[in-house]
Amino acid sequence: MMKRSLTLKILSAAILFGAWEIAGHIPVSFAFPTFHESIGALFRMIGDGTMLKAYAETLKPLAAGIAISAFLGIAIGLWVGLSRFFDWLFSPIFIVMQAAPLAALIPLLVLAYGIGLTSKILVVCIMAMPVIVLNTAGAVRNTPDSIKEMGRAYLATDLDIILKIIIPAASPVIFAGLRLGISAGFIGAILAELKITPTGVGDIITYSRSIADYPSMYAAIFSIILLAVLFLNLLERIEAVLFKGNQRGYVSD
Amino acid sequence: MSPTSATEAGSGADRDTATEIAVSTRKISKNFGDVEALNDLSLEFPRGQLTSLLGPSGCGKTTLLKIIAGLLEPTSGDVEVNGRKVTGPGPDRAFVFQDFALLPWASVIRNVAFGLELRGVARSEREAVAEDYIRQVGLASFEKAYPHELSGGMRQRVGLARALAVDAKVLLMDEPFSAVDEQTRRKFQEDLLGLVQDQRKTFIFVTHSIEEAVYVSDQVAILLPRPSRVSEIIRPSSFRGKGIDNIRRDSEYLDIVDEIWASLRRYVE
Ligand SMILES: Nc1ncnc2c1ncn2[C@@H]1O[C@H](COP(=O)(O)OP(=O)(O)OP(=O)(O)O)[C@@H](O)[C@H]1O
Ligand SMILES: [Mg+2]
Repeated sequence: MMKRSLTLKILSAAILFGAWEIAGHIPVSFAFPTFHESIGALFRMIGDGTMLKAYAETLKPLAAGIAISAFLGIAIGLWVGLSRFFDWLFSPIFIVMQAAPLAALIPLLVLAYGIGLTSKILVVCIMAMPVIVLNTAGAVRNTPDSIKEMGRAYLATDLDIILKIIIPAASPVIFAGLRLGISAGFIGAILAELKITPTGVGDIITYSRSIADYPSMYAAIFSIILLAVLFLNLLERIEAVLFKGNQRGYVSD
Repeated sequence: MSPTSATEAGSGADRDTATEIAVSTRKISKNFGDVEALNDLSLEFPRGQLTSLLGPSGCGKTTLLKIIAGLLEPTSGDVEVNGRKVTGPGPDRAFVFQDFALLPWASVIRNVAFGLELRGVARSEREAVAEDYIRQVGLASFEKAYPHELSGGMRQRVGLARALAVDAKVLLMDEPFSAVDEQTRRKFQEDLLGLVQDQRKTFIFVTHSIEEAVYVSDQVAILLPRPSRVSEIIRPSSFRGKGIDNIRRDSEYLDIVDEIWASLRRYVE
């Protein structure tokens, strides 16, 4: 089972990279390098420490933004899902945040918070948090009444109901929100580095494009996607360990 | 209904009829918006006996049970359990849900022990109790399974074991055998008679099966369609002393089944 899904993953990666290689050879555009050129550039930049330095920069707003979005997002989401009043108070903010064109907001953020780390963290949060909050709140609201009622019949306190019934019941959707939010956070981190000040991975992308070193540019983009995929896989593992019975589908009744 | 094939030896219940009332509902009405589910329903449940609620689908049996459990508030009227007015759920009552209401992320043993977990019983202790009841409902070796790995009837038995595990004085059972197979059902009916006999617990039992109601009950309350009231109370008496094996052949048993069917059939198109 495990083996098979791994084989499939490797296979789909091989097809993707093969297509990339072919597209690079055709070439689709002179600015589109082949897969092996990009990988070469990636290893070169890992070897000479460029990548390490870049990620030391990029990971700061990314990690901070994702951590804040996850903790605050789930907490606010629980709150919004549990109380009509907070739903009324907060939901519109996050719906607007999710719909707002971020690129248009960046100048405002820079105006208010400068070009430093704060603005970049905020960009990550604006990208990541709404979907986490809205998913969590929706999942909490949709906890089946029958199991909450069962909890009450067996003398659960309100806290028991939240911790032992609502959160586990909501966890698949909360995790789905986390996955979406975190991918959006990665986009936000790169966007911030491209739009606010070029640092870290964003700097590699900007700089190598300006000197037409396309393999390096694609290597940087590829590395961030790879990191995001690895991180999402890790999250899936965490979910599987925490909520075993939730896997392989719910019982409908 | 086919003739009984039960061969298990068992002595008939010879219950004394010096009855105290364990649960009483007085003039209960319940409206859901415009829907009048119960109207002025009064019914008494003697201690240590099993009372069945029998009535057409949607007549308010589940609603009545939930009101007794303290899960729903009646629009008017009140419920007393052991002389005290019900204001919410209590440790003296346990509920078997019609839709089972299991936690899908929890193993069978955790589900069965869940009531004890909420009461703060230590893990090893509650799991020992749970294991015992899991065995009693015939699910030994499924302790570690998750609900989605069980059949409908097996899930229902998990819900049954959970209710038995908290050792409440009053058991509220909402169609507890509806999803189990006929053989298991018969075995459970016999076990239930045994439980009623030796544990002095009060059972309130909802069922759709007239035969089942007559077979297991000390009294059968027939409810009318919405808004529900008690139309009659039937107390089977003579065949109780004759042994479990003979009930289904007893003429009083058969007469009562017919009588109930006669009074219910006009509600079926
Ligand atoms: N939460 C609710 N909101 C609105 N109406 C409800 C609610 N619960 C029950 N009802 C209504 O009350 C009536 C009685 O429902 P109840 O579930 O008690 O029936 P029942 O006798 O248990 O039926 P069944 O034998 O099919 O389980 C039904 O008409 C139902 O539509
Ligand atoms: Mg019902």
